[in-house]
Amino acid sequence: MDIHEYQAKEVLSNFGVEVPPGALAYSPEQAAYRAREMGGERWVVKAQIHAGGRGLAGGVKVCNSDVEIQEVTENMFGRRLVTHQTGPEGKGIYRVYVEAAVPIDREIYLGFVLDRTSQRVMIVASAEGGMEIEDISADRPDSIVRATVEPAVGLQEFQCREIAFKLGIDAGMVQQMVRTLQGCFRAFTELDATMVEINPLVITGDNRILALDAKMTFDDNALFRHPQISELRDKSQEDPRESRAADRGLSYVGLDGNIGCIVNGAGLAMATMDTIMLAGGEPANFLDIGGGATPERVAKAFRLVLSDAKVEAILVNIFAGINRCDWVAEGVVKALREVEVNVPVIVRLAGTNVEEGQKILAESGLPLIRATTLVEAAERAVGAWQSDLDQSTKVRAV
Amino acid sequence: MSIYLDRDTKVLVQGITGKMARFHTKDMIEYGTNVVGGVVPGKGGETVEGVPVFNTMKEAVAETGAEATLVFVPPPFAADSIMEAADAGIRYCVCITDGIPAQDMIRVKRYMYRYPKERRMVLTGPNCAGTISPGKALLGIMPGHIYLQGNVGIVGRSGTLGYEAAAQLKERGIGISTSVGIGGDPINGSSFRDILEQFENDPDTHTICMIGEIGGPQEAEAAEYIRDHVSKPVVAYVAGLTAPKGRTMGHAGAIISAFGESASEKVEILTAAGVTVAENPAVIGETIERVMQ
Repeated sequence: MDIHEYQAKEVLSNFGVEVPPGALAYSPEQAAYRAREMGGERWVVKAQIHAGGRGLAGGVKVCNSDVEIQEVTENMFGRRLVTHQTGPEGKGIYRVYVEAAVPIDREIYLGFVLDRTSQRVMIVASAEGGMEIEDISADRPDSIVRATVEPAVGLQEFQCREIAFKLGIDAGMVQQMVRTLQGCFRAFTELDATMVEINPLVITGDNRILALDAKMTFDDNALFRHPQISELRDKSQEDPRESRAADRGLSYVGLDGNIGCIVNGAGLAMATMDTIMLAGGEPANFLDIGGGATPERVAKAFRLVLSDAKVEAILVNIFAGINRCDWVAEGVVKALREVEVNVPVIVRLAGTNVEEGQKILAESGLPLIRATTLVEAAERAVGAWQSDLDQSTKVRAV
Repeated sequence: MSIYLDRDTKVLVQGITGKMARFHTKDMIEYGTNVVGGVVPGKGGETVEGVPVFNTMKEAVAETGAEATLVFVPPPFAADSIMEAADAGIRYCVCITDGIPAQDMIRVKRYMYRYPKERRMVLTGPNCAGTISPGKALLGIMPGHIYLQGNVGIVGRSGTLGYEAAAQLKERGIGISTSVGIGGDPINGSSFRDILEQFENDPDTHTICMIGEIGGPQEAEAAEYIRDHVSKPVVAYVAGLTAPKGRTMGHAGAIISAFGESASEKVEILTAAGVTVAENPAVIGETIERVMQ
């Protein structure tokens, strides 16, 4: 789960990371008021969206008066900001953060990630702050400092000092840097984050170390023990179909094609999408109905896939281990009786209780297209979508 | 021989009283797995599918002499159960549970390393379908009837995609020595490389099939190991050609976040290491058949 910059700053400041003074606004008037309330002469207004690259896309502006803030934010609120990370549809701006501008001496990149090679938390830092880490890795790989954390004892002070000295931080400010690093690490582990990124972390003209931007991502699997973090979820930043799916225990990712997929298992779901592509079609979505899929869940999956207007055929591909084909078949039949399906449905079942599953489908009287292998299923799905089938092969539920 | 499991391996099921665990315990016993008991705290003294339930792993191991365990415990408690198994002297643990917090898994891995290598537990999973040595034993949730006994070793992240490969092989009359699921999580007990080493040393495995997917460095690490240490032919398939960058495709670990993590990059790396890559999931079986000839 992602959170906004202003939320990440609040979380991190509770762990001793220093941030510039700032306040949140939900309207242009409020943004101007917040600046007057805060005082000062220069402010930075920042669109709060769950994506990076806001500066280049016009989502971050420096303002010199409350009037200017009102003007600038009038052009932000309600707009969809398109950055290189958002995709062409962009993300809606409904919250703006107003922050006091600070004099910057140096910019540093600081990230905490789960490193899959060492299978530990890794700190990634670079003296080339302000650039994205991908660009730093490409252009200035030598500037990157890395350290992994031994999980039994946590991040040690000497490691923090090593990082600080390698970044060329003045000896008098090393302790401040140690506090910042340890604060980030404690927030990361205590709140089950999967990523903390401060870019840039700045050294100000008056020798302070401040987080000028902050991004945090949390482990969805650990949210059960962090209700205070779950509260920070902002559904306006999520794809509505994906959040509906997540609320129903389904894993869904919307794509651009027109063949809807309902599959059990993430690997098989990806393989099904690949097979559709190789058969000349394009998948409309990734959807893993998971293990233990009940008939109710399959019905939900159908509703979800059909909520995408682009879908012109649906491929159900189930290889049953933990869930049984008879359950899945019951779910397909139930869904097709409940949900109005106007597109061809291709069903391929294999694995545990496959005969019972096939029997349920055959006896349902529904005009399903059945397939026994994955290639056959993909070809029939692409064929059904291309050939504009006559009405008799289309499913009309009662 | 096979890896990790044989007919006599004594198996415990942690979380045996749950609905799914009961279903699969029955299935495993019917397959011929030597299930000797289960563990659920507070349910000691009960019986499930004819096997005794114990309160703790230590007690269960002392009473039954179990060497392997299958973890079916819900995500918030699963890491604790794996560590309990490691501490009780279990040799091989399969964890089925999907949804264990990543930092819990970091702790589990660190905990396992406190034991010297000769008595360190091997963990496969979490978030996997388990391990099967066809005709001998099944430690997991896969449908046993799709696996023929033979000489192909399978290792993969995805459960159902592993079934797909096994079924394609069965259709061609090709059998399997052992099939191991390493799971779809970013922090897992064993990597492709770990299992490849086992297969390379297993006289009953003649050909290896590796089923990877987008995300993480383990396919690339495996490619390097294959190039330098594996003498047996390896066939691979990598799922996720159509997956967009930066999106998690179901498995917590299936996300392209760095260079070398996309399906096409992994295919390239594996091909360069001498691996025969099946270009689509439907031809895994026929590619293996071709390589075997």
